[in-house]
Amino acid sequence: MSTPLAPTRPSRISLALRDSSTMLRRNLLHARRYPSMTLNLLLTPVMLLLLFVYIFGDVMSAGIGGGGADRSEYIAYIVPGLLLMTIGSTTIGTAVSVSNDMTEGIIARFRTMAIHRGSVLVGHVVGSVLQCVMSVVLVGAVGVAIGFRSTDATVLEWLAAFGLLVIFAMALTWVAVGMGLVSPNAEAASNNAMPMILLPLLSSAFIPVDTMPGWFQPIAEYQPFTPAIETLRGLLLGTEIGHNGWLAVVWCLGLAVLGYFWSTSKFNNDPK
Amino acid sequence: MTNLAIAANGLHKSYGDKVVLNGVDLAVPEGTIFSLLGPNGAGKTTAVKILSTLVSADPASGEIRVGGHDLASDPQAVRAAIGVTGQFSAVDGLITGEENMLLMADLHHLSKREGWRVAAELLERFDLTEAAKKPASTYSGGMKRRLDIAMTLVGNPRIIFLDEPTTGLDPRSRHNMWQIIRELVSDGVTVFLTTQYLEEADELADRIAVLNDGKIAAEGTAEELKRLIPGGHVRLRFTDPAAYQSAASELREAARDDESLALHIPSDGSQRELRSLLDWLEAAGVEADELTVHTPDLDDVFFTLTGSTVPAQRNQPTQPNQPKEDVR
Repeated sequence: MSTPLAPTRPSRISLALRDSSTMLRRNLLHARRYPSMTLNLLLTPVMLLLLFVYIFGDVMSAGIGGGGADRSEYIAYIVPGLLLMTIGSTTIGTAVSVSNDMTEGIIARFRTMAIHRGSVLVGHVVGSVLQCVMSVVLVGAVGVAIGFRSTDATVLEWLAAFGLLVIFAMALTWVAVGMGLVSPNAEAASNNAMPMILLPLLSSAFIPVDTMPGWFQPIAEYQPFTPAIETLRGLLLGTEIGHNGWLAVVWCLGLAVLGYFWSTSKFNNDPK
Repeated sequence: MTNLAIAANGLHKSYGDKVVLNGVDLAVPEGTIFSLLGPNGAGKTTAVKILSTLVSADPASGEIRVGGHDLASDPQAVRAAIGVTGQFSAVDGLITGEENMLLMADLHHLSKREGWRVAAELLERFDLTEAAKKPASTYSGGMKRRLDIAMTLVGNPRIIFLDEPTTGLDPRSRHNMWQIIRELVSDGVTVFLTTQYLEEADELADRIAVLNDGKIAAEGTAEELKRLIPGGHVRLRFTDPAAYQSAASELREAARDDESLALHIPSDGSQRELRSLLDWLEAAGVEADELTVHTPDLDDVFFTLTGSTVPAQRNQPTQPNQPKEDVR
């Protein structure tokens, strides 16, 4: 009888790509079959957007741009922050689905098959990044519907903005995968991933950092979300980016690398 | 000598202070069914997990070869040769049975067309065609187990590990599963089966190893194991205590079971021995209300070797009462 592998033994790289894309298809199938969690997670940023614009909008507008700002200026201010918060919220779903997955017997089966080991995690990560992009597009569409307009962003700036969203999503996803792997069940995973949605509340997403209490400003300014938010604002609205650009990139790469090594080492450990 | 599909020397595994496997040797020839038999917690699943590359053995273990490949140095080659169906179904409940099969086909790098063909064929063989488009989470226990084995077979493995494949199945599904397992070996596949059911090992296995407390207590064919324990007996049961007493004083060599008014007379159960026994009873004027011939079965072997207490209704004569252990 034949060997289980294809007759021409594929190279390691092509094997890794092929298995990862198989795993990606599996994860996308899950997301498509059971969209309720993805949609639930989208609700938070959309609700916050509407809440801050239409309920708190008058007060919030008065607080930015040195007073005299109107609601449309506050919409412009808040949307970039909420797009990144959307990514944070989507990755909570990633942590939950990774944790769910690890309790399933199918993962044990994968571990006993001659497939590329990392493909299970890569499938989760790429699937999650794609979901993040989709969610950002949906929340962005709500933003545009209520009046958000990018001012004078060039094609290059749009591309950079997109690139930022993708690497930010990838960074948070790798961390979320690690959180999912160390969580014994879905509830624990959801709790462990809470910072993903709490951190944006403590950033410059809703109010400028310089309006916060002095002792808190350094925390708000240098946590991962604020540099990314400020960079996105700069790209879409032409505000000052300054050192936030490279800070955002360093955060993204740092978190991605950290999350990657954390996740893969957890995954490669013997299962209990 | 035939080639060994599985050869393990001195398998050791501990989790912290708890020793699960304490020097287990295994040798399974190609194309046979080998059964690892033991009570819950004996270490059966751990042995399967190690041999299927899921967890690593302790460094103290000797060489372990599966499918001719060294487990420690070439796990991917081992994985390419094996298929595993674990105790808890390893199917993806969120997707359909057919999608599960196609997922396996993709992971074994079959072409699209080949994948569809193999999936359809196996779904048909395991009577799952009708349910193929339904999510696997809606399947019954027996269906899940069949899908599980079907998925294992996609890669055409030469060695198949079945960890308690019939636990939790109803009798009908269990017999179905036995039929499936027999068909596997007829294709030349090696099957490594763990079970806590003696009947199952007796039915299926060419060789049986009894695992107890992390050690192999005995190994051999079902027949060889049965020979390990003292021969059978004839059991005479009485309803009248007086008749029992007089028979007991007449038949001095019989073992007494005063509680159930029964006498056990050593016998191999052959026609010749039975006739002479009956003649003797006749001559002694003993008339029992019930006569049963008891030949040793694997249950006796199992209970003797694993030192568990015998279920009350079995009335085995001598059994040291060791610390109670849960058998089922």
